[in-house]
Amino acid sequence: MSVMEKVRPTASRPRTDAREPRVTDENGRRVRVGELVLRYLLLLAVLALTVGPFVWQLSTSLKGPTEDIFSSPPKFLPGDPTLHNYERVADTIPVWDYALNSLKVAAANVATNCVGSALAGYALARLRYRGRRAATLAFVLAMLVPVEGIIIAQFTTMRELGLNNTLIGVVLPGCVSALNVLLMRNAFLNLPYEIEEAAYVDGANVWQRFLRIAVPSVKGTLAVVAIFAFMGAWDDFLWPLIVLSDPSKFTLTIGLNYLHGTFANDERLVAAGTIIAVAPLIALFACLQRYFFRGVGEGAVKG
Amino acid sequence: MAMSTASRVRRQLPTSPWLFAAPGLLIIGAFILYPFVSTLVNAFTDRRTLIPGRFVGLANFRELLQDDMFWVGLRNSTLYVVGVVPALVVLPLLLALLVQKNIPGITFFRSAFYTPVVASIVVVGLIWVWLLDERGLVNSLLETIGVGRVGFLSDQWLLLLSAMAVTVWKGLGYYMIIYLAALANVPRELHEAAAVDGAGAIRRFLTVTVPAVRSTMVLVGALSSVAAFKVFSEVYLMAGPSGGPAGEDTTLVMLVQRTGTGLTGRVGYASAISVVVFVVTVALMLLVLRADRRDES
Repeated sequence: MSVMEKVRPTASRPRTDAREPRVTDENGRRVRVGELVLRYLLLLAVLALTVGPFVWQLSTSLKGPTEDIFSSPPKFLPGDPTLHNYERVADTIPVWDYALNSLKVAAANVATNCVGSALAGYALARLRYRGRRAATLAFVLAMLVPVEGIIIAQFTTMRELGLNNTLIGVVLPGCVSALNVLLMRNAFLNLPYEIEEAAYVDGANVWQRFLRIAVPSVKGTLAVVAIFAFMGAWDDFLWPLIVLSDPSKFTLTIGLNYLHGTFANDERLVAAGTIIAVAPLIALFACLQRYFFRGVGEGAVKG
Repeated sequence: MAMSTASRVRRQLPTSPWLFAAPGLLIIGAFILYPFVSTLVNAFTDRRTLIPGRFVGLANFRELLQDDMFWVGLRNSTLYVVGVVPALVVLPLLLALLVQKNIPGITFFRSAFYTPVVASIVVVGLIWVWLLDERGLVNSLLETIGVGRVGFLSDQWLLLLSAMAVTVWKGLGYYMIIYLAALANVPRELHEAAAVDGAGAIRRFLTVTVPAVRSTMVLVGALSSVAAFKVFSEVYLMAGPSGGPAGEDTTLVMLVQRTGTGLTGRVGYASAISVVVFVVTVALMLLVLRADRRDES
């Protein structure tokens, strides 16, 4: 078996190079044309299923008031594309204020999660003190608590603090997530200890070691934390729905739910609103895919 | 030398490590662990939003047993697990196999399939509310091909099924990435050996791929079943806050949200429902892990 493997790729390579370039898989083996066609057909079908709904929403949001959006068979492209619906959303609900609120919440969530989980992760991974095991256990337990089960108690806690119906109240419960702390802990644990030891011998104190050596070495994980903190805050629904009651404080997701409930019959309007909410994240994803995928792997292993 | 370093460490550290851990510990203590404990305590009181509660023993749980809405919620959340989990264990694996081979343009497809994961559940819910509308795209297409219009969002059971489909649709890309990482570790020799033995694609899938990614399937099963039991947003958005016709599509977490919030919210009673959510969640995890162990032996 192992002989075959070693021989086959080397034997076939010169031949492929001589002819027209062929499609090969990750092992350098040729993919048959029939299989290739089938694969692309399936890929396109799944593409239509996963991305199609977003495109349809975009198309609906660009259709003018006179265009029939209910036609059968459906019309996939707007006959006369217009941004009119986006202006109308802003006239109906303060959508840009909501977007700003979402941005504030998301930015704060990124900052607190990066700083808080880097600090705590470092304390769990590198520093020696009595109670470290207890602290680690606290974060592990916190990660296992299903948030959906404690929202009412979180809400009453927020009321007691006088922070319900504020953006701070939206941010606080998730502002240093236990999962992120444990991700950072693992990242620090994976660093070779020798570098820090050398710095220690050179007289660097704990803050210098943390800021100059440890943090710069875990930038990748920190980026994952930042992206998932942003996405989590921007997309969150249940918690802001419970903690916010004043329409002027709504985040985008709550505003959209409100728009849908109040103006359910105006599909063009709701479509424009959803596009406003989803476009920034799709742009972010397009730029930083690598970290999104990496985050899935790290989060799943822990979760 | 070594002695002096060690003693310096001991003198210096008692303050600063806790300073590092303090922000994180404070937040999870105040907003995760304390609410968790207070949920457990409140479940045995008649606390309301504005009225501090008294201890009432098991009264809340006794009331749960009599509450039709609780049984509706438990039924729907359980059905959600039954409907969603098999789909989320199998479909993303097939999708991962489809995008595994590095053919031209495959990174585009991988990213595109992940898009629904990035979008907010509110966006996703509203997109599908419009697609499945009485006059929406899906019904237009169904009418065009002569099937006729279907009331996806007006029938109690079709609504629940549609919400499940949306959950699966949104989760596909996420679990696909998890499976891709697992597939990368499947030794190629196994496939080749099976191919040499004359096993077709389906046989190879069942005898090589599935056993090799079995632990990942268990992980996906555990993650998705816990998430499915706690479903809220999809059903809330598609069926409405009151949970569809006569509230028949209410899930447990929707019931928690409905009974526990607002100025007249029954915090104690909602906490009792939350305790049921905890218990079932933990039971689901144990069940999946146990099934895993039994398979292995």
